[in-house]
Amino acid sequence: MRADADVDASRPSGPDGLVMGKDGLAALVDVLIRRGFTPVGPTVREGAIVLAELGSADELPYGWGVELEAGRYRLRERADGAAFAHAAGPQSWKPFLHPPRVREWTADRVAGELVVTAERVAPPRYAFLGVRPCDLRAIAVQDRVLTGGAYRDPGYAGRRSGALLIVVECTEPGATCFCVSMGTGPATGPGYDLVMTEVVDADRHRFWVRSGSREGAEILAELPARPADPETRRTARAGVAAAADRMGRSMPETDLRELMARTLDAPRWDDVAGRCLTCGNCTMVCPTCFCTTTEDVTDLTGDHAERWSLWDSCFDLDFSNLHGGPVRASARSRYRQWLTHKLGTWYDQFGSSGCVGCGRCIVWCPVGIDITEEAAALHDWTRSGQPTPEPS
Amino acid sequence: MSTVAPPLPYHVAGTWEETDDTRSIELVPAGAELPPFAPGQFAMIYAFGVGEVPISVSSLRGAHGGLVYTVRAVGAVSSALHRLRPGDTVGLRGPYGTGWDLDAAAGHDVLVVAGGIGLAPLRPVIQEVLGRPDAYGRLAVLAGARTPADLIYRDQFAGWGESAWVAVTVDRSGPRWRGAVGVVTALLDDLDPHPGRTHALVCGPEVMMRHTARDLVARGLAPHRVQVSLERNMRCGTGHCGHCQLGPLLLCRDGPVVGYDRAARLLLVREM
Ligand SMILES: Cc1cc2nc3c(=O)[nH]c(=O)nc-3n(C[C@H](O)[C@H](O)[C@H](O)COP(=O)(O)OP(=O)(O)OC[C@H]3O[C@@H](n4cnc5c(N)ncnc54)[C@H](O)[C@@H]3O)c2cc1C
Ligand code: SF4
Ligand code: SF4
Repeated sequence: MRADADVDASRPSGPDGLVMGKDGLAALVDVLIRRGFTPVGPTVREGAIVLAELGSADELPYGWGVELEAGRYRLRERADGAAFAHAAGPQSWKPFLHPPRVREWTADRVAGELVVTAERVAPPRYAFLGVRPCDLRAIAVQDRVLTGGAYRDPGYAGRRSGALLIVVECTEPGATCFCVSMGTGPATGPGYDLVMTEVVDADRHRFWVRSGSREGAEILAELPARPADPETRRTARAGVAAAADRMGRSMPETDLRELMARTLDAPRWDDVAGRCLTCGNCTMVCPTCFCTTTEDVTDLTGDHAERWSLWDSCFDLDFSNLHGGPVRASARSRYRQWLTHKLGTWYDQFGSSGCVGCGRCIVWCPVGIDITEEAAALHDWTRSGQPTPEPS
Repeated sequence: MSTVAPPLPYHVAGTWEETDDTRSIELVPAGAELPPFAPGQFAMIYAFGVGEVPISVSSLRGAHGGLVYTVRAVGAVSSALHRLRPGDTVGLRGPYGTGWDLDAAAGHDVLVVAGGIGLAPLRPVIQEVLGRPDAYGRLAVLAGARTPADLIYRDQFAGWGESAWVAVTVDRSGPRWRGAVGVVTALLDDLDPHPGRTHALVCGPEVMMRHTARDLVARGLAPHRVQVSLERNMRCGTGHCGHCQLGPLLLCRDGPVVGYDRAARLLLVREM
């Protein structure tokens, strides 16, 4: 903490927050590095805005936006130089907190005895810069799954507990976004350390910053920021409110959980099965999909074995293997499993929706299957005079 | 809440054949011990370098005071468990899952209905009820298997029969078989369980459980008085891998034992 900090660093910054320019963002990345964090944020690589380790704020995607559509992703240059005027990219924060491959433990045969050793690598302390409100909710959803039950996943818990979350509210939603339907954005919910709203005017590029934790407040106190003026706050709020009115997609206005329970026999599942390639892309890009499988390997001596945990997908045939065959053999049953889990049974299992409305599954589906369109079709079916058994 | 821990080393105290494709192993802790298992709960058993599989405890106290597991060889890990010899070491995690609700069964006639290897998770129930006769009403054990040679624990039937109603049936008869031939539900006619007094615990192939539970409900048992032990693929046992979903249930957490009042609807949906 700086000796000349003029803000009480022990307290969150209050609703009025501070305002800073691009120099503030540059200072933020420096402060994070100085404090021992590994900053991760959006940057342009190979035609996409990806999340990667940042050496400085210069690497942020200033002046880049994205065009999103079902099965399509394209970068677009922006004249205003905004850093965060882009919606969800191909990755979420999931690969950092819940990596695709994790070693869980090793087993060694020592003098005829089995010695099992839990994996204990100190994870990096990540600072996630530019977490979208939908993704903040997705992290909370995964927290619940991996640490909120009777058992805590130690690896996830370790990576997560050290992570600093810096949210940037959305002012530029993509055509595939539907956070308003899912109640996750474009304004942030709780759980952040810092939240920023980017404001770009004709001549001023600035960030309205509030802290949500003690650590966030301490970091904010080190930045070249001053109390936010009413005009900045008003403009920032208006930008977020306008984004809510410009959502690219929306879910049908009905109880989605009940819709899923009522439509298990709908013909629409056959229709979507005719298009779905069961490639599992949607599960890989989804920020809440958490399923894993295990892999056991031995080295050449045969006395050293390792247990790995790998991302898995409910679209994989092996996923439901039992008695010489998968329980869910048809594409219909696998797509239905995915969608009903996301929108329905997730509530039963983990107390919330499994979908946060980020739109990634729509963008990265090679055949452009759209979760909102499928839900709408199921909803239409229930209203078309079809028998709708009570979900009881 | 506890943190997922890697398996604890357990020694093989004994191993013996049950049928051509099924063996039992008794495991005793090599050092630290897992919390006690309840009937119907399962362990993740790790065969060194090969993998880990969910296996129900089939006796809480073997000849050496250890935990007994009965394993049918169907693939890589179960076959590796068959190759174990006394003194070998495996890794063990658990206990996981709901277990049979024996509190609900207390004071009732207990009806155990098993198909094939499904008798394994029910044997601790039989042992519990026989060991505490005052706590329960009458015990009946109905067991089915494909052929007489596929019946596990056959040597124990006579002992159970001294204090319980034991009836056995096979799909296909064999030499010197004088017992019943047919589905296990046919054994219910002779028993004629009292619907108001009976609590049924059922484990076997899913079709068998569906038919048995439906039959019992038709005979007047309340669906919540019929417990079934369901099976799905499981990788972790701790509710994190997502494989054991059956609609709203995570079977490693909300099961494997589930009341038929909850299970009935789920078992009707194809490919759920
Ligand atoms: C809660 C629970 C309790 C169980 N209790 C017992 C028990 O007491 N005794 C026992 O013998 N088995 C039990 N099983 C089944 C046992 O876990 C599987 O047989 C085992 O996982 C197969 O693993 P494998 O590596 O030997 O076979 P794999 O090499 O994984 O598979 C070989 C073949 O078996 C099939 N298979 C895969 N998983 C299962 C499965 N869960 N059940 C049946 N076939 C499967 C595969 O589709 C494949 O055809 C239980 C399963 C669960 C979920
Ligand atoms: S289901 Fe699709 S829209 Fe919903 S959170 Fe997952 S990737 Fe995003
Ligand atoms: S919905 Fe699309 S992304 Fe998901 S498995 Fe089917 S084809 Fe792949």
